[in-house]
Amino acid sequence: MKLDTYCKNTWCPGCGNFAILQALKQAVVSLEEKGIPKEDIVLTTGIGCHAKIVDYLNLNSFYSLHGRAVATAEGIKLANPDLKIITLSGDGDSYNEGISHLIYAAKRNIDITVLILDNRVFALTTGQFTATSPKGLKGRSTPEGAIEEPFNPLELMLASNATFIARGYSAKTEELKDLIIQAVEHKGFSFVEILQPCISFFNSYQFYNEKVYELKDHDFTSRDKVLKKIREWNYNGEDVKIPLGIFYKIQKPTYNDALLEKLNPSKRPKQVDFENVLDAHI
Amino acid sequence: MKNDYSILMGGEAGQGSRKAGLVIAKLFNKLGYRIFIYDDYQSLIRGGHNFSQIRASEKEVLSHREKIDFLLALDENTIKKHKDNLDEQGIIIFNSDRIQLSQGIGLPIEKITKELEGIPIMANTALIAGFGKIVGIDWDIIEDVLKKEIKKGIDLNLKIAKKAYQAPENQIKIEKVKQEPLPLLTGNEAIALGAIQAGLDMYFAYPMTPASGILHYLAEHQKDFNIAVSQLENEISVINTGIGAAYVGARTMVGTSGGGFALMTEALSLAAQSETPIVIIESQRPGPATGVPTYTGQGDLLFTLFAGHGDFLRFVIAPGDADECFFWAGKILNLSWKYQTPSILLIDKQISESTFCLDRNVLDKVKYEQGLLWDGKEDYKRYKDTKDGISPLAFPGQKNVISKATSYEHDEFGITVEEDEQVIKAMQDKRLRKFQKMTEEMEKMEAVKIYGNKNSDKAIIVWGSTKGPAKEVAEKLALKMIQIVIIQPFPEKQIKDALKGTQKIISIEANALGQMEKVLNCYGIKPDNRILKYDSRPFLPEEIEEELNKIL
Repeated sequence: MKLDTYCKNTWCPGCGNFAILQALKQAVVSLEEKGIPKEDIVLTTGIGCHAKIVDYLNLNSFYSLHGRAVATAEGIKLANPDLKIITLSGDGDSYNEGISHLIYAAKRNIDITVLILDNRVFALTTGQFTATSPKGLKGRSTPEGAIEEPFNPLELMLASNATFIARGYSAKTEELKDLIIQAVEHKGFSFVEILQPCISFFNSYQFYNEKVYELKDHDFTSRDKVLKKIREWNYNGEDVKIPLGIFYKIQKPTYNDALLEKLNPSKRPKQVDFENVLDAHI
Repeated sequence: MKNDYSILMGGEAGQGSRKAGLVIAKLFNKLGYRIFIYDDYQSLIRGGHNFSQIRASEKEVLSHREKIDFLLALDENTIKKHKDNLDEQGIIIFNSDRIQLSQGIGLPIEKITKELEGIPIMANTALIAGFGKIVGIDWDIIEDVLKKEIKKGIDLNLKIAKKAYQAPENQIKIEKVKQEPLPLLTGNEAIALGAIQAGLDMYFAYPMTPASGILHYLAEHQKDFNIAVSQLENEISVINTGIGAAYVGARTMVGTSGGGFALMTEALSLAAQSETPIVIIESQRPGPATGVPTYTGQGDLLFTLFAGHGDFLRFVIAPGDADECFFWAGKILNLSWKYQTPSILLIDKQISESTFCLDRNVLDKVKYEQGLLWDGKEDYKRYKDTKDGISPLAFPGQKNVISKATSYEHDEFGITVEEDEQVIKAMQDKRLRKFQKMTEEMEKMEAVKIYGNKNSDKAIIVWGSTKGPAKEVAEKLALKMIQIVIIQPFPEKQIKDALKGTQKIISIEANALGQMEKVLNCYGIKPDNRILKYDSRPFLPEEIEEELNKIL
C-alpha cells in the first residue's frame, strides 16, 4: 500500500508542515521495516493546519475535534493496546483548547505518542496568538501585541510526569524523523514538540536557524538537569539558544497495562455468570 | 390494601440509613414481597436528613407512596419530618437513646450496641432486628439476610441483632407470600448489566450524581464482566475517549447527568458525523446548572433530543423501571452499532438510584447483536455510500484495512471534502437514508406501551420515571396510560394509534415547561390537561390521583 493519498495538498508553499509530513512518512517506513505493520499505526489529529496531514497519508486516522485528538488517541489505545498511536496536534489545538487532555495523558503515562506541530500562532483562523506565541505578537485579536507571556510546554510536560520529552525542528527533517521513531518506540507517554515556522502568520525560519542546537552529552534521566535545559529557552526573547533533541526519558508502568491487567475487554463471546451476579442481589 | 407495606428508615447522613433500608427490603424480599426503594439524601456527607422509603407488596410496585406503615427513626428529625405521613394504624419505632416520644416503640439500640462493644453504625443492625421482631419476621430470616449483607464484623452484628430481637414485644405478623424472591437492582445497576449482556467492552465516566452508580458498579465488577472502566479528567475527555475506543471496535458507553452531557455535546455531533457508535447515559437531576443535585426531574428531554450542532438523528430512549433499564441498555447498544450512531438512554435520579425487582426473564431478551462488517472483497472505504446508508465496519489493525474517520465532511474513503458540493450533499443524503432506517427500526419496536384500562376514553401520557406512580393510578382509576419509551425517532404512529378513541388526554411529567407536551404538539397531539411537578421530588401515586381527580 502506498503512503500518499489522492488528496490535493493545500498548505501554503514553504509551510513547515511539508517537512514534518516528510519526516513522518520516513518514520513510518522505518517502523514498518522494524516489523510494525502499517495497519497497526493509527493517527489522530485535532483541527488546524497541522491536522490536514491525515488527509495526505494513507494510514488509519481519526480526524477529531479541535483540542480532542489526545483524548481520541487514549480511547484507541485502551480499546486495542496492540496499535501504535501517533497524535498530531497543534499549539492552538493542545496547548489552548485541549490542554487538559495533554496534561492528563502525560500524568497517566498512557502509551501513545503526541507530536505537537507548534507554529506558535493560530494559522488556519488567519493569525491569532496561542499559548506559545511570544509576548507582543501582533495578531488580528491583539493588534497592539499579545499581552500574555507564553508558557513553556516542555516544562509543563515535565511537571505533568510525561516519561519522554523531546523537541524537534521541521527544517531538521532527518533528526525529526529519528525523534519520531524513538518516541513511538518509547513505552509510555512520549511528547515531541516540533518547532514549525508559519510562512503566512509567523515566519520564524531565520530565527530558528540561528538559535537551534542539538543536545549533546545530556543526562535525560535527571529531572534537575532536564529542567535546566528546558528553561534555556522560555519561548520569549531574541538573545536565546534553543536546544533540540531528547530532554527527558525514563521508564514507568503505563496506564494501559495497569488498567487492562487481567482484562481482555474485546474478547468475544463474553462469559458472564449472570445468575451468580443476580443471586448476590437477592 | 392488604399486604402492601410502606416502611421509612431515616437518620443523619453517615448513620447508614440507606444500607439499613436495603437490608429491610431484603427481609421482605425473602418473604416473597415485591420491592421498591426510594432513597432520599442531600449533597452533604455528614448531618442533614437521609431516608430510605421501602415499599413491599404482594404485587409488582414501581413507586413508593405517601402513607407510611412503619416509621423507623435513628434520629429525632426523622420523626418530625415524617410523622404526619404515618398511617392511622402505623407504628413508630425509634432509637430511645436519642429520642423521647410518648407514642410508638422505643428501642435502646445505642445502649445495646455499646454494651456488646459494637461500633456506633451497628445500632442500625439493632434497629432492623428489633423491627423484625415487632412485625413478626422469623429470626432465621433476619440472620440469613444479615450474614449476606454485612461483610465486616458479622459475628458481633449478629450478637447485637439477637439482643435487640429479644427486646420488644411482637405486635403484628407480616404474612409470607408464595413468590420467589427476586434480585433487587437499582436502575443504574440494571443498565450496567443490560449493557454487559449486549457486549459492553468499556465504560468511561467522570463522577456525577446520579449517574455515578453505574461507574461504581461496573468498576467493582470489572473483572467479573471483563470490561475496562476508567474515570477520566472531564466529560469532554470521557466522550472523546469513548469515541476513540469505539472507532477501533470496542463497545463503549459513557454516563453522566445534564451538566456533564452539556460538556459532551460537541462530541455528540462528532459521533454523528464520524458515524461512531456510542451510548450516553443521561441521568437527569433538576437544573438549570447545578440545580438540585441529589434529587430528580425530567427537565433535560428537549436538550437530549436537540443537543449537538448540525443535522442528525440519534436514538433517545427513556426506560421507566429496572426491567426496561436492562432491556433498553442492551438494545440501545446494539442499535448504536447497527446504525453507527450516538444514542442516549435518558433516565433520572428516580430511576438511577431507586431499587426495583428485576424479572429474570429479561435476560433472554437481550443478546449481543453484531453490526454490519466489511466483507474484505473490495478496498475498504469507511464511508461507503450504500443503499441504506450504512457503511460496513472494519477496524485499524485488521489486515488491508485503512480506516479513516473524521469530523469533517468527507468522501467515501474519509478524506475531507470542501470543494465538491455534490459529494457533500451525497454524504448527507447517505446519512439521511440511515436516519430513515433508524425510524423504520423504531416502528418495529415497542416504542410505546399501554397500561391500565385500554378501552378508556381518558388517557394519561407519561415517560421515564413517571411510569411507576402513574401506572398505579391508571389501574386504580381505570384510565388508559400511554408510556412513550422511544422518544427519538419519535413514534408518532404508535402514539396516534394508542390514542384512538380517547376524548381526553392528560400529560404528566416532572418538569416545569411540559417538555414532552411540546414534543407531542409538534406532531399535532394536543393534551387537554397537564400535571407537572418540579419541586425536585418524584411523583407519588397519591399526588397524581389527587390531581387527576381535580381534572376528571
